[in-house]
Amino acid sequence: MINELYQEIILDHSKRPRNYGRLEDANRQAEGYNPLCGDRCTLFLKERDGRIDEIRFEGSGCAISTSSASLMTEALKGKTVTEAENLLTRFLDLVTKDQTAAENLGKLAVFAGVREFPARVKCATLAWHTLRAALRGRKEAMSTE
Amino acid sequence: MTALAKLDVAALRKDFPILGRPVRGRPLVYLDNAATTQKPQCVLDAILDYYRNDNANIHRGVHELSERATEAYEGARERLRRFLNAAHAREIIFVRGATEGINLVAQSWGRLAVGPGDEIILSHLEHHSNIVPWQMLRDQRGAVLRVIPVLDNGELDLAAYERMLGPRTKIVAITHVSNALGTITPVRRIIQLARDWGAAVLVDGAQAAAHLPIDVRALDCDFYVLSGHKVYGPTGIGVLYGKQERLEAMPPYQGGGDMIESVSFERTTFNTLPYKFEAGTPHIAGAIGLRAAVDYLEQVGLEPVAAHEHELLDYATQALGQVPGLRILGTAREKAAVISFTLNGVHPHDVGTILDQQGIAVRTGHHCAQPVMERFGVAATTRASFALYNTREEIDALVAGLDKVRRIFER
Repeated sequence: MINELYQEIILDHSKRPRNYGRLEDANRQAEGYNPLCGDRCTLFLKERDGRIDEIRFEGSGCAISTSSASLMTEALKGKTVTEAENLLTRFLDLVTKDQTAAENLGKLAVFAGVREFPARVKCATLAWHTLRAALRGRKEAMSTE
Repeated sequence: MTALAKLDVAALRKDFPILGRPVRGRPLVYLDNAATTQKPQCVLDAILDYYRNDNANIHRGVHELSERATEAYEGARERLRRFLNAAHAREIIFVRGATEGINLVAQSWGRLAVGPGDEIILSHLEHHSNIVPWQMLRDQRGAVLRVIPVLDNGELDLAAYERMLGPRTKIVAITHVSNALGTITPVRRIIQLARDWGAAVLVDGAQAAAHLPIDVRALDCDFYVLSGHKVYGPTGIGVLYGKQERLEAMPPYQGGGDMIESVSFERTTFNTLPYKFEAGTPHIAGAIGLRAAVDYLEQVGLEPVAAHEHELLDYATQALGQVPGLRILGTAREKAAVISFTLNGVHPHDVGTILDQQGIAVRTGHHCAQPVMERFGVAATTRASFALYNTREEIDALVAGLDKVRRIFER
């Protein structure tokens, strides 16, 4: 079971996160914080005509939260805001509800294993909750609590 | 050094039913004792026995059960007096836990004694429970918080503390044992120094009571707080010890039943100590359970327990020191049974999850002591903490578990 959680792709993205760092010309930005464990995630988006041209993140956290943020940025680059919101819903379903949500999620399907670790669901969803705040243009810091 | 009777740990483990329970298909290795200890059968029995045989509300009842319940509750108070070596049972106030005890002192004593510009001294080692109540008081009264720095080894900077004390110092609130690092602070010396300035001292004994003999008269502290569930007792019950003259001068913390002498709509006269501070029906079963817990602990013997835990601490320090990439935070000369560490390249939550899969319970995170984490430049640590029932084999299991963590992360 533990190897289903810590799959190679998750470890890879936690050690070498993609799209890591600030995005100076971002026009959407949000901060996420998990007060239970102190994990932080700042998300930077450059959105033009309803499409995400560029996306980067910064933060500190465990392997699950870092890899989730990294894989999320990969999946979202070039997507429309509507597609991003759709992906967000399906990702949350994947880690909290059912296996069927894994279809069409591509690499993100590796997070299905998180469902077996309720204490870690918030780690996997931190970046995604932050995404929701960024897309809705909320200025205040997003908290998982 | 006197030879201490060695604990028969194998026999003692049988006193704790939960230790026989498998977790994730493996024998439970419980190393999260600083968060809460497990409960021996005698504590469970005492609580059940009270509810089955003597359950009634205490005080004022004229019937048999009420008398028995009152006797059990007040007997617990006397037992806790003896456990802390307080002068009088009326100096023992039952509260929900150490947190409530600190809030009581901050709000009742603090609002009376602390004014604008007065100083409250804390340390950088404190648990959030011994920071936030004082910040609330500071904001209410316009007081000033001062913080004793921590040295690199996790000990307090006593020289800085001495310089900090002054005529404006009203209270020093200090932990006896750090929950995050295990440092045993020199409370006796801290209290003596505070005395020179007439400051009151509150000692947060939440982490100390299960590991060190406590003598509030020898310490000469004004207040001492502890939580029952960290000393093999139930949750929801704890003790605030206060010197009688301090407690008598203080206004009630909460209003309600039991804390009054007479009530009319014009005026209420308050009950005497300790009832003035125990509004509402108290946690009677909790007090009875806590009594059973201190009976148990003293019967096993605090000194052999401390010696056993110290041996485990030494063994674990050695063994964990061999794990590549592992850094222990807090290397004070005087330490209780807590080891906080980081593992290079692996976040504590990942460590905790992988250990849990092997039936090993540790705590990961900031341990409600974010200033300590910030002082050592980490967001979180993994913490193993020991109790009288832990064994060397369990520490070996922890080390093997950490090897597995490294194997997973080095893939």
